[in-house]
Amino acid sequence: MADIDKLIRETLKGDKLAVSRLISVVERGHAQTPYILEKIYPHSGNAYYIGVTGPPGSGKSTTVDRLVKMLCSNNYSVGVIAVDPCSPFSGGALLGDRIRMNKRKSEWDVFFRSMSAGKIMGGLARTTKESSRILDASGKQIIVIETVGVGQSELDIAQATDTVVVILTPESGDNVQLMKAGLLEIADIFVVNKADRPGAENISMSIEAMLDRQRGKLEWRPPVLLTSASLGKGIEELYAEIWRHADYLRQDDKLKERRKSQLKGELKQRIESEIVNTLWQKIRDDADIDELVNDIWEQKIDPQSAAGKVVRRCLKD
Amino acid sequence: MERKIRVVMAKLGLDIHWRGVYLVSQFLKDAGMEVIYLGNKFPEQIVEAAIEEDADVVGLSTLGGNHLTLGPKVVTLLKEKGLDKVKVFMGGVIPPKHIPLLKQQGIYEVYGPDTPMDVIIKGISDSVTVH
Ligand SMILES: Nc1nc2c(ncn2[C@@H]2O[C@H](COP(=O)(O)OP(=O)(O)OP(=O)(O)O)[C@@H](O)[C@H]2O)c(=O)[nH]1
Ligand SMILES: [Mg+2]
Repeated sequence: MADIDKLIRETLKGDKLAVSRLISVVERGHAQTPYILEKIYPHSGNAYYIGVTGPPGSGKSTTVDRLVKMLCSNNYSVGVIAVDPCSPFSGGALLGDRIRMNKRKSEWDVFFRSMSAGKIMGGLARTTKESSRILDASGKQIIVIETVGVGQSELDIAQATDTVVVILTPESGDNVQLMKAGLLEIADIFVVNKADRPGAENISMSIEAMLDRQRGKLEWRPPVLLTSASLGKGIEELYAEIWRHADYLRQDDKLKERRKSQLKGELKQRIESEIVNTLWQKIRDDADIDELVNDIWEQKIDPQSAAGKVVRRCLKD
Repeated sequence: MERKIRVVMAKLGLDIHWRGVYLVSQFLKDAGMEVIYLGNKFPEQIVEAAIEEDADVVGLSTLGGNHLTLGPKVVTLLKEKGLDKVKVFMGGVIPPKHIPLLKQQGIYEVYGPDTPMDVIIKGISDSVTVH
């Protein structure tokens, strides 16, 4: 524990090495994780959280790179968490080539961490939240989280950030109608990147049309921006829109409400996994699963009834 | 607890020989490691990345000229920053007579261009004491 306490102390002072180690410990779901989170949590909640998501290859990393540079030039300290998919076969991952592509200025205060999405204990939602809280508690003012918008991850990013930027490309074109509703629903800002290619106007118009249909229902109408991240075009507008959204959230306690509803979601998730873990522990101690499987195999009982029986018995005592 | 080895891979300096290091990165990924691929980097930036990514291993590729200075510089900087446990591997075109020199200066292992992939994978795995 002494080691962990020291790591926590140094993390709160902003020591990079400690921050990095602590993220690893938590990411790996080490036994000390609950203790760490307990100590870190009271020091978090000061940063502003920006999520960047979208289909593979749409230019998320290039955009994050440009945004982080702008944030740093404006004297913000920035933490970046970039989540990339991992190989389903080996569990390994190839991460990288982001902000480090270009030279960092030495006075910039930025911490960049890559993570692989697979096989994380308790899922992506847990680790991105916990790692970003560590960065937050270490004194970072802005946290940027990049994830690929596939599967559940875009919902996770909406659960973990204050402003969600969804990045599409002209290639998303005709698919906007068909596009996963999830990605469209979570956007606070739409970006059509690679606007140097044909078709950008079209996709931007079809997003606007979609937003028009929801007119009246939207309190915040997400702006639709055209960018060419690799050429650095449109990034200043994006930067401004992010702050406009932040200002909007800061009126009438909206930010507080958003965060509280996220915490509610997180609490529910954690209660669920707490229930599952606790019950399983007890069931493993009490019930003979293999014997039950035999009974099911011999059709003395059906699987559903067997499950019900086990859980009820476990809850009784 | 599953514990994946984290490797930071970079090409030293302005070396434009990228195929080799990218291919090695792919193989390490397929061997179950988490590889953070940096592209062309100087020692300061490589060490910065090793800190933030909590790397177990740093892999450097070089095509020539700079390896005798830049390689050991990475080792020195890592030590300065308190990352003594990080193992530094080098690969690429390095004259055999330079290998002892590099090892003397803290490079953990040096692999020539013809080293079989499984030798590299095993070398990296064995160098990391996973606990
Ligand atoms: N033409 C054009 N290419 C771009 C633009 N922005 C990014 N790219 C290129 O698109 C490719 C993918 O960019 P990334 O920034 O890596 O995209 P990403 O969304 O982070 O990709 P994943 O993380 O792999 O899903 C790179 O080759 C970029 O150079 C742009 O505005 N115009
Ligand atoms: Mg990316």
